[in-house]
Amino acid sequence: MSPIVSIQTLHKSYDDGFEALKGVSLEIEEGEILALLGPNGAGKTTLISTVCGITTATSGTVTVGGHDIIKDFRAARSLIGLVPQEINLEPFEKVINTVRFSRGLYGKPRDDAAIEKVLRSLSLWDKKDARIHALSGGMKRRVLIAKALAHDPRVLFLDEPTAGVDVELRRDMWDVVADLKASGVTIILTTHYIEEAEAIADRVGVIAKGELLLVEKKTKLMKRMGQKQLEVQLAEKIDAVPASLRSDAVTLSEDGCTLIYTYDTKRERTGITKLLSQVADAGLVLRDLSTRQSSLEDIFVTLVREDAA
Amino acid sequence: MNWTAIQSIFVFEMFRFFRTIAQSFLAPVISTSLYFVVFGAAIGSRIQEVDGISYGAFIVPGLIMLTVITQSISNASFGIYFPKFIGTFFELLAAPISFIEIVVGYVGAAAVKALIIGLIILATSFFFVDISVAHPFAMLLFLVLTTISFALFGFILGIWAGNFEQLQIVPLLIVTPLVFLGGSFYSISMLPPFWQTVSMFNPVVYLISGFRWAFFDTADVPVVISLLAIAGFTALCLGVIWWIFRTGWRIRQ
Repeated sequence: MSPIVSIQTLHKSYDDGFEALKGVSLEIEEGEILALLGPNGAGKTTLISTVCGITTATSGTVTVGGHDIIKDFRAARSLIGLVPQEINLEPFEKVINTVRFSRGLYGKPRDDAAIEKVLRSLSLWDKKDARIHALSGGMKRRVLIAKALAHDPRVLFLDEPTAGVDVELRRDMWDVVADLKASGVTIILTTHYIEEAEAIADRVGVIAKGELLLVEKKTKLMKRMGQKQLEVQLAEKIDAVPASLRSDAVTLSEDGCTLIYTYDTKRERTGITKLLSQVADAGLVLRDLSTRQSSLEDIFVTLVREDAA
Repeated sequence: MNWTAIQSIFVFEMFRFFRTIAQSFLAPVISTSLYFVVFGAAIGSRIQEVDGISYGAFIVPGLIMLTVITQSISNASFGIYFPKFIGTFFELLAAPISFIEIVVGYVGAAAVKALIIGLIILATSFFFVDISVAHPFAMLLFLVLTTISFALFGFILGIWAGNFEQLQIVPLLIVTPLVFLGGSFYSISMLPPFWQTVSMFNPVVYLISGFRWAFFDTADVPVVISLLAIAGFTALCLGVIWWIFRTGWRIRQ
């Protein structure tokens, strides 16, 4: 299956010489949720803006649904919906009018049933005649999404959809994204919240300083890069790691009650059996055992740090 | 051409017009009516006829032009500046439309608003002064061309402006003086020869003269020159807009 969005060696330099994108290549499959993860100023918004036609690339090509975004911009852009980072809405307009306006801009004839469906799916129907300025922040974000969905796009870009929103609203937004995915929309979202990528993405791309460091299936990424930690809780406090157990992989917690063994899940032999027998040999009594998978955050921090080094 | 998009922009802009009806419609009508009362009825009756036309009637075309020009500029400049200011401009850039659709939508709406106001002022003038229109079609043609050309100019202004002050400064410092000194309230032939020559460099003179000709069949400059002047101004604005959109100046990075 050919990708719905294909980005080839995309470069973007601004007039002041700042290189926001340094040859980004990326293919996005239909129906997936891709999270672009990166620190502020990494180039996430520039990448989205270029695909959506808001900024012009210095070089490189982008196709959406097989249509070049420059040569065949009408066909390409018809497939795209964009939810910007900032809440940019006409404050004095009614919700329904601003959503109708967006649909019209995309050349779709007025269709009140379609607008109603979008508004209902975002729980905005009872607010349809409200003026934008009278809505709460969360509702305004929903209006932005409604506007982006008004022309039935196949690809939806969400630029930091949960930046600066409270936890409840964030979960709410994740539910909205999940519903959209269920309806067959391909979603590309940028975020600098790792837990967001972890919670909703199928694939994760890590971007820093204008370069795409990696793109991988979330589960595979965590498996590949993931390390696990075995925490061995001891019945009695010890002062130091017993000599027989000493290695780089074994550390003692600050309170002296837990031995922490870090191991690689990819390796055939994790060394757990050996460790446990050594623990028994050392005369230590176990109280409990637990393992912890390293989070996407750990992976991300490692990647960005490696890139900076 | 995405006609649905043009229609959407047009309707959206007209909604704004009707939403702010007091500001966008009543204000110009009331201020122009005040001119009619003061210059037409109160002072006008003591001023002798100009080119055989009563002063109250003589100033009608100039007053309509004054309002139509300022309205065309402010409607179009505000119309395109506001989305830039509140950040909704991205939507126009991301939509499957070319700049032609954006210009036709915004300039069209601004021109139609100004035209409506111009026609209402004309209707109002019938209440205050005795006036008839010698060439109705030419009058409409001048009105339409003026609204379009100055709405194009306003559009450029709105794209250029980086803040509200810049948005106001050109109409206040350049356009209003040009219109006042363009023969709105007097015939150029009433000026001393030196100032007559200076006035010939004021493009608005040609507009008001041509428009007045449509009313009274008398003009400061030949009507063909007036038409050429407005066509030239329209072409100039179109050229600038074409350049703006080709280069993305102040629009697309």
